[in-house]
Amino acid sequence: MSDLKHVSSSPHIRSKITTSNIMLMVIIALLPTTAVGIWNFGVNALMNVVVCVGTAVASEFIYQKLMHKKVTINDWSAALTGLLLALNLPPKATWWMSALGSIFAIIIVKQIFGGLGQNFMNPALAARCFLLISFTGRMTTFTYDGVSTATPLALLKNGESVNVLDMVLGRTAGTIGETSAVALLFGAAVLLIMGIIDLKIPASYILSFVVFITIFGGHGFDLSYIVAHLAGGGLMLGAFFMATDYVTSPITAKGQIVYGILLGVLTGIFRLFGGSAEGVSYAIIFGNLLVPLIERVTMPKAFGLEKKEVRGNE
Amino acid sequence: MGLSTFKGGIHPNDGKNLSKDKPIKEVLPKGDLVYPLSQHIGAPAKPIVEKGQRVLEGEKIAEAGGFVSAPIYASVSGTVKAIEPRRVTVGDNVMSIVIENDGQYETVEYPKHKPYTELTKDEIREIIKEAGIVGMGGAGFPTHVKLSPKEPEKIDYVVANCAECEPYLTSDYRRMLEEPEKLVEGMKIVLRLFDNAKGILAVEDNKRDCIEILEKLTEKEERITVKALKTKYPQGAERQLIYASTGRKINSKMLPADAGCVVNNVDTIVAIYHAVVEGKPLMHRIVTVTGDAVEDPRNFIVRVGTDYAELIEEAGGFKKEPAKIISGGPMMGFGIFDIHVPVTKTSSALLCLTEDEVAKYEPTACINCGKCVEVCPGRVVPARLADYAEHSEEEKFVKNNGLECCECGCCSFVCPAKRPLTQSIKSMRKMVLAKRKK
Repeated sequence: MSDLKHVSSSPHIRSKITTSNIMLMVIIALLPTTAVGIWNFGVNALMNVVVCVGTAVASEFIYQKLMHKKVTINDWSAALTGLLLALNLPPKATWWMSALGSIFAIIIVKQIFGGLGQNFMNPALAARCFLLISFTGRMTTFTYDGVSTATPLALLKNGESVNVLDMVLGRTAGTIGETSAVALLFGAAVLLIMGIIDLKIPASYILSFVVFITIFGGHGFDLSYIVAHLAGGGLMLGAFFMATDYVTSPITAKGQIVYGILLGVLTGIFRLFGGSAEGVSYAIIFGNLLVPLIERVTMPKAFGLEKKEVRGNE
Repeated sequence: MGLSTFKGGIHPNDGKNLSKDKPIKEVLPKGDLVYPLSQHIGAPAKPIVEKGQRVLEGEKIAEAGGFVSAPIYASVSGTVKAIEPRRVTVGDNVMSIVIENDGQYETVEYPKHKPYTELTKDEIREIIKEAGIVGMGGAGFPTHVKLSPKEPEKIDYVVANCAECEPYLTSDYRRMLEEPEKLVEGMKIVLRLFDNAKGILAVEDNKRDCIEILEKLTEKEERITVKALKTKYPQGAERQLIYASTGRKINSKMLPADAGCVVNNVDTIVAIYHAVVEGKPLMHRIVTVTGDAVEDPRNFIVRVGTDYAELIEEAGGFKKEPAKIISGGPMMGFGIFDIHVPVTKTSSALLCLTEDEVAKYEPTACINCGKCVEVCPGRVVPARLADYAEHSEEEKFVKNNGLECCECGCCSFVCPAKRPLTQSIKSMRKMVLAKRKK
């Protein structure tokens, strides 16, 4: 028995897709909107991106070292969390806010709950909400071309008119990564084509949101009003890049549609009836909390067990 | 034309090009032949020969150990050298009859049966039972049991599983290309057992040439149709095959007969033809010897009992050091640690890969991506089932339909975290089912 071979349980082949190349692809898909953000908002935006990503990766590394765990920063998930947080910050955010947010996202939301796959909330969004509550003033001051200005959604809420074309292209005030619908959709298309995300969550989210604001928005089916709502307030960023976060969305197909509809309705409620003009972040982290429940009620029926009465069953 | 299929499944690299264009070649065994007494599902066969006894090719050396069992025949002439435990593909030692080949290939006189159109149903069943035919797709369920459902008149479909959805395997393909008449004739024999049944030859559409040949051959056969199925793994899994070809669904607690179906593999049906028309018991099978480590990958017609190592030699040996050797296909086959194991009635392939993809990736944390759910043909939630299995939560495992898993391996294949989902679920299923048997 000199030449004993390796054995293992079947299957003996594996697809080439790994967690780390999925995470890396999402990061790449976010680069267009990151670039637009930096182009629009300048050096401070770039600084925020660097600080967020750097702090997130460093936090994960230090925590795992201290806890004697396997260091997993090479799976790109911490970098992705940092990038998503940066894209959700106002361009004028200070470096210590970015750093604090990243530490909160990685240590409190992700690692303390068990690391990748165990967090019940999207770390980047939880951190954004944490910053929003802690530093409301700084987090809601937006500038465009160096001038402090309201976001298009805030204008819309006050009944003022907005330039829809500017919103779609990204020439408005907002967080670093949310303003350019075109850049976001380009990245989303890449992820859709690569099969990393599918349309179940984004489509049900966007459609239910459109239905909601058509009914309750007070403008009926007014196309420019609807497009303004879709292009503003990070809805595209949320629907394609954050609601679709694997860890914090349902694992079942039906559950993903239920979750998407829930997010659409919640976003609508927050935007139309809430105190702030925005609603995507809160809607998604609130939706995250309901995921276990959604999964439980949407478990698929096993093949051949769909109907109680099956012919010939003993 | 919309091709029939099922929901879920995967498209792995099929690797069939390595061996699909070369004709089947016969291999004559050089060393001893080893016949494990358990090469089917059910009771082990009982030896009826003694050490030192001379046997002829085609002579029965072990009889069925019960109704769900099958006899075994010598595939060469020679002397019984020993009856002792020998290692088999799955790794354990099984009581086996060892025959020293005398190289004469002296055969018994095979019985001459009447033309099958004149045989009664019971006579046909008896011939199949005596020939030791078992499911040759891999499971090894005795065929005569499958062909004896409680109410044969309620069988509406006899499905020939010509899907061959496992990557790398081309034995059924070559068989259909080289001896399609035997498949069609075999199907006609099986159809004689079921008066109300239609025959379906269910072929994946990556075998267009086979579909054309079979369609031509069955042009005038009113009871037989050829059905093209979408190429997708596991299209040939029994439940998925029945659904795709007849639209009927069965679950893990049902037999195909409960849905009015009987399913047989290509090679099994050809074995039925050999038994009924030529009077020959099951002694041969086609084995695909393939993989990127093999010099000349191809199909061989092999005598049951032949050492796998001889097949590798016959295929030109290794051109590269294999990292992993698998008996069967890459999705459901068994990794073997020693190549000196015998070919049995259920050995479909010997696959030698230069890369161990399982060892290449370290399993990491589940990221809840849902890809396993998407591909699962059994429509369960593999990630959760594997969790329950790893924490020995038997009750939850059963409640969430863990027993409905058909162990096809799609979930492990797609998992980006490279978790051994199928393996965990498989172990738990085994445990639950073993407990239930008690």
